[in-house]
Amino acid sequence: MKEQLYSYLLMLGDNSMILAHRLSELCGHGPSLETDIALTNISLDLFGQVRNFFQYAAELKGGDCTEDNIAYLRTEREYYNCILVEQANTDFAHVIARQFFFDQFQYLQLKQLEKSSDETIAAIAAKSIKETRYHLRFSSEWMRRLGAGTEESHIKTQAAVDRLYPFVDELFTASAIEKALSDAGIAMDPGTVKAEYEQETKTVLEEASLILPDAAPRFAQGKQGMHTEQLGYILSEFQYMQRAYPNMEW
Amino acid sequence: MSSEWPLFEVFIRSKNGLEHRHVGSLHAADDTMALENARDVYTRRQEGVSIWVVESRHIKASNPEAAGELFEPAMDKIYRHPTFYELPIELKHI
Repeated sequence: MKEQLYSYLLMLGDNSMILAHRLSELCGHGPSLETDIALTNISLDLFGQVRNFFQYAAELKGGDCTEDNIAYLRTEREYYNCILVEQANTDFAHVIARQFFFDQFQYLQLKQLEKSSDETIAAIAAKSIKETRYHLRFSSEWMRRLGAGTEESHIKTQAAVDRLYPFVDELFTASAIEKALSDAGIAMDPGTVKAEYEQETKTVLEEASLILPDAAPRFAQGKQGMHTEQLGYILSEFQYMQRAYPNMEW
Repeated sequence: MSSEWPLFEVFIRSKNGLEHRHVGSLHAADDTMALENARDVYTRRQEGVSIWVVESRHIKASNPEAAGELFEPAMDKIYRHPTFYELPIELKHI
């Protein structure tokens, strides 16, 4: 059980961490000063959540395990983030659509985890959900603006939805660990919030004059450590300092 | 992008009981976005508990050239200053 809880915390943390890294790539490159700061704020919020998850994981692991080891010193197949969050920034529409699809999920997930029988997870969820509620507000507002904005913003946002939505299915396919831990009242069985997710997502997309694609879900096993080539590029940048200068500190 | 967005003035109340103060300006497509941008740009370090935004063009400003007739007449009327009262120390922000 302890081993499973450890892996579960890694999965929760990796989702936020890889997305936070993607957003950090935009620092100084946002479409306007105001959106640049907003996206960087979200990135920092997510990194804060990651630290909570990884500190707890390191404590469970014991020995000389630290949050930094967990974050920086794993190999590609030992990261358990979903495929959605590692997708490239491409353009502002992709950044917003990726954020929206994730925020909506994360919001429902944290709402469930607030009731987790594991007190630490419940406490982290209760703290994080306030941030995530704002992220969701930000990203859904931008979905509406872009989708119902100009002809060009509509076309680009629809293209982002068409490309990213097929990765959403993975969020709702419970891994063996999620199944086992949700039976114990610790984790969320993502299947239980799927209907609510679809309803909420549909509402925002309709207001944004966007449609969900018919395309079949993409085969995605990020939760099992199987990633797209994107993650390799992310990690080579993300881990560079720790690999080049082991144990370096700021 | 922001060059096409109108300018908004941002006012923040740092804590309950205090007045909103002008803290700066920013660009946004409309007032909803201005409020969110203000939250992100001006309240990152716990600066406030309430935000007001108003589009800059709605503010009617006094003309600096009229400073003479507007403000100088008050300069020699020190009896208008309530400096002759002693205030209890508990009274702050006055």
